[in-house]
Order: sequence, then structure tokens, then C-alpha cells
Amino acid sequence: MPELRFEAAEVRVESPDLDGERTILGATTLTLTEQRIGIIGSNGSGKSTLARMINGLITPTSGRVNVDGLDVARRGAEVRRRVGFTFTDPAAQLVMPTCVEDVELSLRRTVKDRVRRKQVALETLARFGLAERAEVSVHALSGGQRQLLALAGVLATEPDVLVTDEPTTLLDLRNTRMVGELLFSLPQQLVLVTHDLDLVRRCDRVLVVEDGQVCYDGEADAAVEHYVRTVSEP
Amino acid sequence: MTESPTSTDETPTTRSPRLDATDLALVAAFAALIAVCSYLAAIPMGGAGVPLTLQGFALLLTGALLGPLRGTAAVALYFVLGIAGLPVFAGHAAGPGVFVGVTAGYLWSFPLMVLAVGLLVKYVLRGRRTNPVLVFAACVVGVVINHVGGIIGMAVVLHVGLLEAAAFDAPYWIGDFIKAAVAAVVASQVHRAFPKLLARRA
Amino acid sequence: MTVGLYRAGDTVLHRLPVGVKLFGLAVLSVAIVAVRGPLLAAGFLALAVALALIGRLDLPSTARALRAVLVIAFVVALLQWWLFTFDRAVESLLDLVSLALLALTLTVTTPTTETLDAVVRWIRPLQRFGLDPERVALTIAMAIQALPGTLALAQETRDAARARGLGRSPRAYLTPFVIRVVARAHETGDALKARGLGD
Repeated sequence: MPELRFEAAEVRVESPDLDGERTILGATTLTLTEQRIGIIGSNGSGKSTLARMINGLITPTSGRVNVDGLDVARRGAEVRRRVGFTFTDPAAQLVMPTCVEDVELSLRRTVKDRVRRKQVALETLARFGLAERAEVSVHALSGGQRQLLALAGVLATEPDVLVTDEPTTLLDLRNTRMVGELLFSLPQQLVLVTHDLDLVRRCDRVLVVEDGQVCYDGEADAAVEHYVRTVSEP
Repeated sequence: MTESPTSTDETPTTRSPRLDATDLALVAAFAALIAVCSYLAAIPMGGAGVPLTLQGFALLLTGALLGPLRGTAAVALYFVLGIAGLPVFAGHAAGPGVFVGVTAGYLWSFPLMVLAVGLLVKYVLRGRRTNPVLVFAACVVGVVINHVGGIIGMAVVLHVGLLEAAAFDAPYWIGDFIKAAVAAVVASQVHRAFPKLLARRA
Repeated sequence: MTVGLYRAGDTVLHRLPVGVKLFGLAVLSVAIVAVRGPLLAAGFLALAVALALIGRLDLPSTARALRAVLVIAFVVALLQWWLFTFDRAVESLLDLVSLALLALTLTVTTPTTETLDAVVRWIRPLQRFGLDPERVALTIAMAIQALPGTLALAQETRDAARARGLGRSPRAYLTPFVIRVVARAHETGDALKARGLGD
């Protein structure tokens, strides 16, 4: 598995209200090499920020984040080719009118030949059970299908790592299970940011993020227990 | 959605005036916004039959929020969609017809209008762009450009004098001032919500 | 909303390249506006009707598409008659109908995708000025994709405002609507970057 290394990585933003800087994520040092890594924490705790740093969508204000030795701040384009990322709301990340076109868009860099590109895109859709929806508008899909399409678009390029930010938050139970099965059947390294405690129990290592700090880091069941306890405390 | 800060700009090594992915997404989103605002609640009015829509509001907003370059690009993209036959013009019209009709002058003035509002808000107002009164002043300049364009267009197409054309155009000023006021209020609030929207390179 | 006025067909006009058609429309439009007199205006209208027949425009949908333009043309003609002469009124009426019919003929005989592809092709020579045709094509596709979503967003925010009893104030829904449009564009930009497409 690739090595995701945070070296005292810290994110601060200018805050218009406070006349100064606000810390989104305090200095974090971590080395992640497990296959399935879960990140849980309250809204606004900094867990999405942590996840976004893995592919350079957010670069650390100080410190460094490396993916297999590549500095995400300096070599963002290379890192993003290796690290796929999906967002909570699939509607925001699907950019082309039809399903097959959206997957083709992802493949633009890796598959130069247009005919071949469409073929690979169709094959990818078939793998995600979307073969029949290929020419359908992305707006005609159900929520679960949209999330599957978003994942298909990202996984079509076969990244080494998949970072996924709350992939099941907008889904019903059936679709949550379907997406969950898919995520845990992937051969890639998976970084899963989620509020779904059942899903996160299946991870090899779980980080709990609170108030911009990783406050627990360890085995899944113990991490979930820690998280539930911090939430229950007054 | 609001939990994470908006991503930082691209890696520091790529500091060129080129539009990045977020800029492209903003241009596309505002072209769609202009289209939807032209499409919604189109009320054909009397006089020269200029349909009353939120189109003017969307155009002023595009200039005030995206600035001159991305704003004008959004208008150009909106035109492309319309010429290609999508029903994105006022009154659900589509195709190049609107560029040659009675109201063509208004349409031709859109890029200039957005460019002017964009330049004023980005380079003259700068930090004061959260002040709705000042944004309104910038929008009024846009409205004037739009009406001058419309008057010239009617004078050419209908072979009438500028004064007669101005008379046909006269009933629309009040509505457009109201739209400019709404656009100014909305733009100043959006600038408060996204302080970096105009600070981007483009 | 993404359904245009295009009608499939195999007429000469359908086969003509979109660039030729647009150029022809521009030339004819300028001629119609520049040339004076009701007789010549009638001639141009005859030409427009002939082209519409060649393009096989059917009467019901043509009438529907031109309804708004016809109303405007009549109002304008009445104004012209009142202000100037009957001849001027007739000329205006015929001119406006010809212009609209010619443009409609082009729209009906040209698929949307063909025009969009042509635009991307025409941009190619501008590459040296930093306009990348691939990125332009991507932006066009994103805008088309955003149309139904933006419409839905407008309705959602309006319903939300109404649910809070704020339905009467356009400001109460326009600001949240635009904020969501901007927020979504930022997410889309991030998603593009995450997919390695923004670099």
C-alpha cells in the first residue's frame, strides 16, 4: 500500500471576524500505510480538511504531506493522478451531461484514442452496474446511482488511493450498503471519511478528529467507542 | 458543505493568468445562471415587447461577482448555448434569431455591460464590494450601457431615430433599476460569504 | 430544458456546414435591415419562406416558435404606422418576420452538438492566445450539465423561502440561490482538480 505521510502538517485560514488566523487543523504527524483507513469526527472537526490534504486540494500552511514521497504541495498534479477523491454530493462533481461522457472525461488523460476511451468508459460503467444508464442524463439517476457514477468516474483511471468524503451521507440504507460493499471490495488503499459507524468498523485503522486535532488513532472498535464517549460527555 | 475551507489556489509554481478548474466551473455555473434567470418567469411586456425576466439581474450579478474576464467569458458561453439552439434566451427563445430581432441591441450590449460592471467592482470598489450602495452604482453603469445598446439596436432594425427608439425603451428603466438594486444587495452578500471570489488571479 | 428546437432531417440545409449557415444568416440579416422599402422586404420574406420550405419546417411548430416574435412585430408595426407611414409599418413587419424565420430555419436544421463542436473547432487557431479548445469544450459541457441542476436549485431555494414564510421577498431566495450556485461551482472546481483535470 502507498505511504501517506503527514509531517507536522497544519492548516490555518485568515478569519475575517477574528482579525487573524483560525486553525482548521493543528499540526498533525501521521504515517498511514494500512489498506482501509477510516476518519470520523463531528461536523467542522477538520476531518474533511485532513482528507483533502491527501491529494493537495488543501495544502498545509506549514509542515508537509507526502504520498509515497511525493510532496502534495509541490507535485500536486502527479499526486492527484495517483489519489482519487470523491465528494459527499455527487451532483457537484459530475460535470458532463451523460454518464458515459462523465467517465470519458476522467479518462481523457490516460486514454488518448477516442473510440477506445468510450469503450473503456462503457466497461467501467458495466463494472459499477450502470451499463444501461450510459447515455442517460446524470440528472435522471437516483442518488445511489449518482454516487456510484462519481466513484466510477474516479476509479476509471485506476488510482492507487481512493479518498472518499462522506460517500453515504446522502444515501438511503439500501444504497449505503451497496456503496459500502463496493468500497470494501476495492483492491486500492481506501481513506474513508464518514459518519457511518457501522461502515467505519470495517476499517483497519481509524482516526478520530475533534477540534482540529487527531484525538484518537487506532483499531476501529476502540476508536468508535472513544468517539461515542466524547460525543456523550457534556 | 461549509465545513471545509475552500481549497487553496493551485500550487505556487503555476502562477499564470490562466483560468483554473474552479474558474472554469464558475464561468459554466454563471452561464447556466443567466440561462435559468432568462428562462424563469418570462413575462412578455407591451411597448416594444421586451420580455421582463431576471436576465438583467443575472447579468449584473455575473459582472459584480466574477469580475471582467470570467464574467465576459460567462456571457460568451451563454451566447454559444443560445446560438446552438438551447432555449436559454428570454421567453424561451433559442437560436441566433434574438441577435437580429428588435431587441438585438440589448443582447449585443451584454458583454460590454458585464465587462463594465466587472471592471468597476473589481478595480474601483475592491474591498468596498460588500457595500450594496456602491455595488448598485456600478450596476447602474451596466444598466445604462444595456439601454444605450438596446436603443441603438431598435433605431437600426426599425429605421427610426434615436429619440423615438429611446421612447420605446423608456418604460423599462424603472424595472431595470429595481433589478440593479436587487443584484447589488445579493452581490454584496455573496461577496461577504465568499471573500476570495474576486481575489482569485483571473 | 436541454431539448432544443432541432428536427432531424436530410435536406440540403441539414447537410450544409453550420459555419456556412451562420455566415449566410448574418449576411441576409444585414441585407434585410439595410435594404429599404416594402417591396424588397416582401422579396426577402419570400426568400425566407422558401428556405424554410427547403428545410422542411412544419407549420404548427414554426407558428409556435414564432408566436412571440409575431406579437412583437405587430405591435411594432402598429407603432410605426401611428408614428410614420403605412409603408414603414409594412416594411418593419415583413423584416422582423423574415429575420425570425431565417434564424429559426437555421436552428431547426442544425443539431446543438454540431454547433458546439464547430465552436470548439473555430477556437483552435486562438490557442496561441491561451484559449485551450479542450478546456472550452469542457466548460461548455459543464454549463449544459448545470442547466437542469441550476433550475432545480432555484426552485428548491424558492420553496425553502416560502416554507419559512418569506416567499414574497425575492431577496430571501435570490441570495441563498446564488450562494449555492457559487458554492457548487467551487465544489465542482475541487472535483475537477481532484480528478486531475484542472492542472
